[in-house]
Amino acid sequence: MSNLEVLKTYKLYIGGAFPRTESGRFYAPVSKHGEVLGNICLSSRKDLRNAVVAARKAQGPWEERSAFNRSQILYRIAELFSDRKEIFLKEFQKQGSSPEEARLEFSTTLDRIVYYAGWCDKFNQVLSSVNPVNSSHFNFSTCEPMGIVALIAPQNTALIGLVSLILPALAGGNTLVALASETLPISAISFAEVLNDSDVPAGVINILTGKQEEIAPIMASHMDINAFISSDLGAIENAIAEACIDNLKRKFTYTEDFNQRESQGLTFIADLQEIKTTWHPIENIGGSTSTY
Amino acid sequence: MLESNQHSIFQTINAASPIDKVGVEERVARFQTRSIKDDAKAQGLKMVLSMIDLTTLEGKDTPGKVKQMCFKAHHLHDLHPNLPQVAAVCVYPSMVTIAKQALKGTSVKIASVATAFPSGQSNLEIKLADVKLAVDSGADEIDMVISRGKFLSGEYNFVFDEIGMIKEACGVARLKVILETGELCTLDNVRKASDIAMYAGADFIKTSTGKIQPAATMQVTYTMLLAIKDYFEATGKMIGMKPAGGISTSKLALHNLVMVNEILGPNWLHNEWFRFGASSLANDVLMQLLKLESGSYQSPNYFTLD
Amino acid sequence: MENKKNTSKDHQWLYSPSLESTSHIEIKDKYELFINNEWIAPTSNKYFDTINPADEKVLSKIAWANAQDVDKAVKAARKAYDEVWSKISAGDRSKYIFRLARMMQEKARELAVIETLDAGKPIRESRDIDVPLACNHFFYYAGWADKLDYAFPNQKTESLGVVGQIIPWNFPLMMAAWKIAPALAAGNTVVLKPAETTSLTALKLAEIIKEAGIPPGVINIITGHGDTGEALVKHPDINKIAFTGSTQVGKAIQKALVGTGKRSTLELGGKSANIIFDDAPIDQAVEGIVNGIFFNQGHVCCAGSRLYVQENIAEKLVEKLKHRMKSLILGNPLDKNTDIGAINTREQLQTIEKYIQIGIQEGSVIFQCEGALPAIGFYCKPTIFTNVSQSSVLSQEEIFGPVLTIQTFRTIDEVIQKANNSPYGLAAGVWTDKGSKIFNLTSKLKAGVVWANTYNKFDPASPFGGYKESGFGREGGMHGLGAYLKIIK
Repeated sequence: MSNLEVLKTYKLYIGGAFPRTESGRFYAPVSKHGEVLGNICLSSRKDLRNAVVAARKAQGPWEERSAFNRSQILYRIAELFSDRKEIFLKEFQKQGSSPEEARLEFSTTLDRIVYYAGWCDKFNQVLSSVNPVNSSHFNFSTCEPMGIVALIAPQNTALIGLVSLILPALAGGNTLVALASETLPISAISFAEVLNDSDVPAGVINILTGKQEEIAPIMASHMDINAFISSDLGAIENAIAEACIDNLKRKFTYTEDFNQRESQGLTFIADLQEIKTTWHPIENIGGSTSTY
Repeated sequence: MLESNQHSIFQTINAASPIDKVGVEERVARFQTRSIKDDAKAQGLKMVLSMIDLTTLEGKDTPGKVKQMCFKAHHLHDLHPNLPQVAAVCVYPSMVTIAKQALKGTSVKIASVATAFPSGQSNLEIKLADVKLAVDSGADEIDMVISRGKFLSGEYNFVFDEIGMIKEACGVARLKVILETGELCTLDNVRKASDIAMYAGADFIKTSTGKIQPAATMQVTYTMLLAIKDYFEATGKMIGMKPAGGISTSKLALHNLVMVNEILGPNWLHNEWFRFGASSLANDVLMQLLKLESGSYQSPNYFTLD
Repeated sequence: MENKKNTSKDHQWLYSPSLESTSHIEIKDKYELFINNEWIAPTSNKYFDTINPADEKVLSKIAWANAQDVDKAVKAARKAYDEVWSKISAGDRSKYIFRLARMMQEKARELAVIETLDAGKPIRESRDIDVPLACNHFFYYAGWADKLDYAFPNQKTESLGVVGQIIPWNFPLMMAAWKIAPALAAGNTVVLKPAETTSLTALKLAEIIKEAGIPPGVINIITGHGDTGEALVKHPDINKIAFTGSTQVGKAIQKALVGTGKRSTLELGGKSANIIFDDAPIDQAVEGIVNGIFFNQGHVCCAGSRLYVQENIAEKLVEKLKHRMKSLILGNPLDKNTDIGAINTREQLQTIEKYIQIGIQEGSVIFQCEGALPAIGFYCKPTIFTNVSQSSVLSQEEIFGPVLTIQTFRTIDEVIQKANNSPYGLAAGVWTDKGSKIFNLTSKLKAGVVWANTYNKFDPASPFGGYKESGFGREGGMHGLGAYLKIIK
């Protein structure tokens, strides 16, 4: 028996499948210990396009699921993630974390998934309202997902940043097209495998790897993406913000340190919700002020 | 009436679209923002006067009371010769002879309620006899009530047939069908009853007996005017409208006319097609007309009660 | 026989003119800029005319603020924010706003008449809709000022600082109220720029602000053209821009804000679908269509300008609509019986007329009310087009006038797709008697406001705002506060 290790190929996650980039390009990020992490797909414009098509197809069915069901699916992610603890700990360390840091990132990530799983069927109760209008109408405001969210994962974490921004979008019924950390991409793909094995429908989350400067502008100008979220994009931030205006993408930049336990909350969900207000007449017959 | 024909009529009646009451209230409120002034007001008030069915329908009615009302009906314009007289007087069948006598030689018509007014709770023979009494006594118009109990229990065929038979008994007298909308409780019911009445042969549809509240609210009248409009579009036949009960001021009467004007058009602005069933409206209209003419506000003390 | 004298055919009843009195209205010959509760002449000494679109006569001269004037206003607002408005108790803020609301109510008729003169909208609307809604907006938000903690439970909030607000000409006073009231309640001070063709009610509001004793600098009102607005947007000491207007200008503003850290909310254009099913309350639906597209001459961002009618009732509905249109009275906006007033500007009238020509050229079938238009003033007849296709320019672009396109549909999924097939997403209407169908539609239509069995209803308590290119952020209701606060994470 040989002890020769079998290396894992890290691919993209689009529409519930793991294709290589259509461009055939790759890059080889190096950990801070100087270890080559692998030949990682260098996603192209067309990969992004395919991911958006997959997300759009998945958007309606995902949005129309009951909030309770979405909650169960998100919790199922936590279950499978927990099950693969060793894999993630190994990968975090491969990408440069100390064992302690790896354990902490894992547990924070796990808790964050559970946290947002629990929000699915509650945030709308907290953010909605029945509005007492000055006419004979029933009027209420409720949340609806924005649609497709483009996400540039924070660069400095392997997984917690990505998960901290994926989960609130998902909990709120959005679909995502995410670009993993350019320098720490491999646990993002392993996380995609968790998603694929859990009950998250194909296309609801799509994860690309590659260059931020290359993919972010294409995301920002894509007319079928509804929102754009990221950590601070540095030099390209303003250009991205400007490109987002073409179809008035809702754009949010988060500067939180997601390793912190308190870097979570309702606002991350609320940011990616539209408020819809519905009116309907109430007839007044038979009451004490009946006007019939 | 042939079975198949009646079947298709009921299809038409059932096809009437639902009514949203809040929308109706908003529409009605908008009619009430119409500002009727100057010449338009004078013209409107004169129309109102000419459309009034001066009414007394009380257990305590006596020949003396009816005679007084009839006298007033054709002497309203004594003060002002240019004013029209009211359209008709409206009395119980037992008073038709008295009224006929009192109005001899005038063009004021005589309307009589019939069919076990106001409840309609009797059998067909008695209702037909009631109509016959009024017609034989000289009534020009018969104001019947529909059987609301039957209507509310879903016996639309019964209501339809009853109206048809009463219409036959009326002969040349015009038939006004009172829906008693205050007991129908929804505008959808008002619409359905209007359609049944028109398709069964009504010449006029009328809101109320005056004995039940609410009576001729604008939303009810609006609903009935739309029914008349749709019936006219479908059949080419004009049907008259009579709101009765609760219209005691000129302003409200003018707003009713605004509705007629804007829904049915000027062809209906005539007492052949529109009436007000009212007892105190005439005096208010007279006061308003004199105010327009003189510029001074008027006092009820100068206008005779009966 | 008296009865025979009036044969029913010749019995026309036309309403006599019923003009709202203008005798108690005071419009100055010239208006300066309102900064620090004082009237300040513009640095440039430039003024522009504001005219009555109903008779094209000049109503007044309005100061034209340049960047220097904008700077003065922003400085005043900053000082008021730092020294007064952020220091006084929330309860006092509340009482100031209540006071303003009451004084506006006291002068409601004057405001309504001036609005009608300056904007061309019928007095019935400015009196019954615009002005009461504007007053009510202040009333509603006044009460929020000291209750903000209840709007964002478990979260700490802070006011933003100085807010620049730019408003359109279609609902001049109401838009001013929608902007100012929540901003003040949340603890901000404001610099408001009204639209150049409709500054008068905002300036009247300035007089009321002064009379109400609102501390100087809390509300500054600066008038001018696009360059004034641009200077406001670009001013470095503004913390937030709130804009209502066209999508094109909204995007330009948003671009100017990139990299500045200034917040923004945008209420932009729309091409809203109004959907009539065969089981709808048809007569009320007709009324809703009329309110949807002819309210305020169609100068409404959420106007129900794309009508979708189920094929099996289309003929009947269109006939009823035409009949209803015949009773609309077009004319002098000051006449209490006027339903359709004047188009706000000559340019807008030309734009609308251009679209009508396109509709005719595209082969759509036009129907307009009969009767002649007034000889002077900017007027456009209520217009509907049938035989319009989804790909027609008319059913794609916002016309901002009394022009309705009518398309038919056969099935629910078809109409949902067509309704959502637009870059806009401001509002939608659904008419059906079936509750479950309404709830299906209201959740499928991608629009910020869905009116079911009604249309064009507004209320201070009801959040308003769009999806997609109709803008972001909400105005009105508890959600409207979010636009003027930051959540401290």
